[in-house]
Amino acid sequence: MIEFMLLFSRQGKLRLQRWYSALPVKEKKKIIRELIAIILTRKSKMCNFLEYRDKKIVYRRYASLFFCCAIDKEDNELLALEIIHRFVELLDKFFGSVCELDVIFNFEKAYFMLDELLLGGIVQETSKSHVLKAIQCQEMMADDAETRTHAVLEELGFS
Amino acid sequence: MSAKGPDSMKGLTIFIGDIRNCKSKEAEVKRIQKELSNIRGKFKTDKGLEGYQKKKYVCKLLFIFLLGTEIDIGYQEAINLLSSVKYSEKHIGYLFITVLGTPTPEMERSVLQAIRNDLRSRISINVSLALQAVANIGSELMAQDLGHEIPQILMNRSMDDFVRQNAALSWLKLIRVQPALFSGAIEENGAQLGQLINDKNLGVVTSALGLLQEMAIHNPEPIKGAVGHAISRLSKLVQGQPNEFEDYGYHFVVAPWLTVKLIRFLQYFSPPEDTLIRSRLNEALDSILNKVQEPPQSKKIYHSNAKNAILFEAIYLIIHLEYEHAFMIRACNHIGSFMQHKEANLRYLTIEVMVLLGASEICHGAVVKHLETVLTTLKTDRDISIRQRCADLLYSMCDHENAENIISELLSYLEKADYAIREELVLKIAILAERFAVDFLWYVNSILNLIRVGGDFVSEEVWHRVIQIVINREDIQGYAAKLCFEALQAPACHETMLKVGGYILGEFGNNIAGDPRSSPYIQFRLLHSKFLLCSHDTRAILLSTYMKFMNLFPELRPTIQAEMSKKNQIRNANVELQQRAVEYLSLSRIGNDALLGKVLEEMPPFPEKESSLMAMLRKKAPSVPLHKEDKIASAGSSGDLQRHVNPSPQPVPSTLLETASKRSPPASSTPVVQSAALLELGNSVNGNAPLSELILAPNLDGSEPGNIDDVKKDFLLKNNGVLFENDLIQIGVKSEFTNRIGKLNIFFGNKSNSQLNNFEVAIIMSSDTSQALQITPQSNPPSTIASGAQEQQVLQIECLGSFRTPPSLDVTFLLAGGSNKYTLYIPVFLSKFLESTQMSQDNFFARWKLLAGDKESQRIFPATKKIDKSIVCNVLSSFGLAVLPDIDPNVSNYVSAGIVQIKDAPSGVLLRLEPNEVTNMYRLTIRSSKGSVSETLQFLLTDQF
Repeated sequence: MIEFMLLFSRQGKLRLQRWYSALPVKEKKKIIRELIAIILTRKSKMCNFLEYRDKKIVYRRYASLFFCCAIDKEDNELLALEIIHRFVELLDKFFGSVCELDVIFNFEKAYFMLDELLLGGIVQETSKSHVLKAIQCQEMMADDAETRTHAVLEELGFS
Repeated sequence: MSAKGPDSMKGLTIFIGDIRNCKSKEAEVKRIQKELSNIRGKFKTDKGLEGYQKKKYVCKLLFIFLLGTEIDIGYQEAINLLSSVKYSEKHIGYLFITVLGTPTPEMERSVLQAIRNDLRSRISINVSLALQAVANIGSELMAQDLGHEIPQILMNRSMDDFVRQNAALSWLKLIRVQPALFSGAIEENGAQLGQLINDKNLGVVTSALGLLQEMAIHNPEPIKGAVGHAISRLSKLVQGQPNEFEDYGYHFVVAPWLTVKLIRFLQYFSPPEDTLIRSRLNEALDSILNKVQEPPQSKKIYHSNAKNAILFEAIYLIIHLEYEHAFMIRACNHIGSFMQHKEANLRYLTIEVMVLLGASEICHGAVVKHLETVLTTLKTDRDISIRQRCADLLYSMCDHENAENIISELLSYLEKADYAIREELVLKIAILAERFAVDFLWYVNSILNLIRVGGDFVSEEVWHRVIQIVINREDIQGYAAKLCFEALQAPACHETMLKVGGYILGEFGNNIAGDPRSSPYIQFRLLHSKFLLCSHDTRAILLSTYMKFMNLFPELRPTIQAEMSKKNQIRNANVELQQRAVEYLSLSRIGNDALLGKVLEEMPPFPEKESSLMAMLRKKAPSVPLHKEDKIASAGSSGDLQRHVNPSPQPVPSTLLETASKRSPPASSTPVVQSAALLELGNSVNGNAPLSELILAPNLDGSEPGNIDDVKKDFLLKNNGVLFENDLIQIGVKSEFTNRIGKLNIFFGNKSNSQLNNFEVAIIMSSDTSQALQITPQSNPPSTIASGAQEQQVLQIECLGSFRTPPSLDVTFLLAGGSNKYTLYIPVFLSKFLESTQMSQDNFFARWKLLAGDKESQRIFPATKKIDKSIVCNVLSSFGLAVLPDIDPNVSNYVSAGIVQIKDAPSGVLLRLEPNEVTNMYRLTIRSSKGSVSETLQFLLTDQF
């Protein structure tokens, strides 16, 4: 299971955090601080995994943004790495060539997208088209014309 | 798609822009504070705040939280948003609550109420939000309140697929929070749950497998039907073409996440018995291994990663299955080429899996071939993650051939290793040195080297162990003394070295005293030159060493007495040191050499048990269940240790063990030496009992929970009684068995005067027993027990097969700073699941004849009591059998019958007992539908009459 997903910038600024297990705020802050420090000092040719406490950290850098998640030791590291990539692909598709600024200004959208991909720290839906459909559907709902949305839902096959 | 939907919030965008424009941290803090006070004001004064406004402010708060500022407002407003009719507002409300949580129980209840409403909504997308919230928060309250609704949503096929996916994962979360709550529902719906793997929507299957895996962790039994489904799904996926599963392809790899989940799921079960299913699985694994060799369909790293992810998971499954040796060798050869791959990730993962392969008999040879590569990687790889794994791999691939090489490489790695792993590394080196010691000189040399290099990271267990071994091996004592003496001459030597050196010279310094370069006086000066520089613990040891010197070297007596009578010794502020100095001094002044010689004589050999280092290592690197690490542990317990380091040729009287544990000197007949200080290696300064612990601490594998006959005697025919008792603790058992289920109440009574802390109970079963018994704790063991109090733990035990060795219980706790550990048998025997049956004569003999041959177990044994009818009948019926009268033509014989209630395979048991009063012997014959059952019951019942 994924314990948390963090996005932070090359300058060490946190951009997104999603925790899938309950930890005290202080503990979370400590983990964030430590991991940012460790990962930023690693060189690019090094492997994307590292052991941290009783977890394994899997991270990857995309331009100025680092994506980092913690998994259990027996979980599959490579797929954790690729779930990060799938997340990036989704953001890219949604924002159209995503950059750090998109994630900053639309952080809630990034959350929504992540929640479709992972739920409670478990991979829920890996199909790009299914996730995008779900997000599109949410966007439509946001138009808040109740009657219209129902029609849209049906059109999308969700109702 | 545009990011700027109609719901975009301008105020939020401006605020974020402002923050980004802040030139300094101070400016940022100021801007945030301004915003917070603005929001606080709005929330306070404007009660009729519009939904849109609330959403905007809540969003700003979320952003402020992301920046690292703690938030104490907005929770109520977010909760209000949960019941908004506008989806976008509801969505933000849920986001806030799941990211920030709820600060008060009242709020938690309001959230729960909102979730409940949405769960019952007709609009799927609202149901989905509620389910997501459950999955993200997952509190106990939710489990109790919504626990029955969520499984229904999952099983309801008329629900939208995405809702069912949400339901699967929110149920998973609730199971994680409160597993006991759902065991009934899972048992009932096991088959149906397994069917989820066949769902046509691969997204549903992906989510469902997350859930099934969680269920398998708790209890694989009810869902074991899913194994067949999983295998057939797997085989379709791995043999399919990417375009077949269009939506679920990932860079030309078919559904990698689902595939890996399926493979992982199978690792929770034993290999399928059905040959058809098994061959299907083999085919699937075969095509996974084949696919790796095909040319890549894409040059992108994502493609090869996804493909290799499947390969590695398949290898873990192959290791788990253990049955196909050819697969293992193939896997090993496949990934061998990755050892020097340019991709660091592949090197890392390969080394990781090689650790496991190296520990298996089959692949050990193939792994050892890579020794040179691993050594080079350890020395040259720039990535610490990889170097660490290399050290693990070297540990795993070590054998008699390469031990010397590996240990010297690890020692030189130790000097520059990451601090975080040094202690574990030291321990591993110590274990390897002990396990593969060709000769003990080499062993002592290596360990002293280790202490020299490892310094601070050498735990007590490691240096205690080397002392134990030196004490037990007469042939190396002189050598060890010489090595210690040399090591102590270094200008800077670590305190641990001083402890070891002090102890060894105190015992065996006489061996090197003949050499003028290490005369008694020089030895003493050498040790004493460091006395003032070291801690109290070490000084305590050195004082004992000096005392031992008085006996070894009478000529030193005046010098040492002069030292001990110094004010800083006999008036030392440290009570322990003062006591030692005073007592030793008066002992030395008694003037009776014979007495002195007796008190200070050499340490007797330690009773040899398996090294406690292994247990220590396992504590350091707790094994992960099922996967990867646990196999290292089991591999570590190979017989090498006993074979090579078993230096107790003479039998050691068992009283020695007790003597050592009480830590009084072996011949403490004099009242003067009450302090017992002579034996103390460690630090009674802080009340620890390290040495005794070391000797007594049973190893995880090698532990012996006492004599099985003792527990048989007390519990075979009784269900209640005292399992164990000493001055500290009393452990009692009450048990009840009905059919194949037993309920055991274990009582722990604290008899000491202080609280027992860190109380832990672990159940340990041999691999056979673990197949035969399913033990489910019904309650958690207490973590502390107050003085005089009694606590209990309840276990439910289900019989799944025949077993001979009862499970055992590891009870550990801390008392006044010292740790205690007891390993005891749990009084559960196969006969406890025996139920008596009545039978007619014809019926009995018809069956008796049917069960001849290998289903019979017979034994002749002498009577331990007077042969008496009432005693025999009593034993048989307490054992669980009905005594059947008038069946055997010979009236002095006894005939009995019963059924052992084994799950899915109850086994009938027939018994015949023939006493011979002349020879005072019995002949016991047991026949049952299973040979192993007859065998075990015979073993249990023999000697009971």
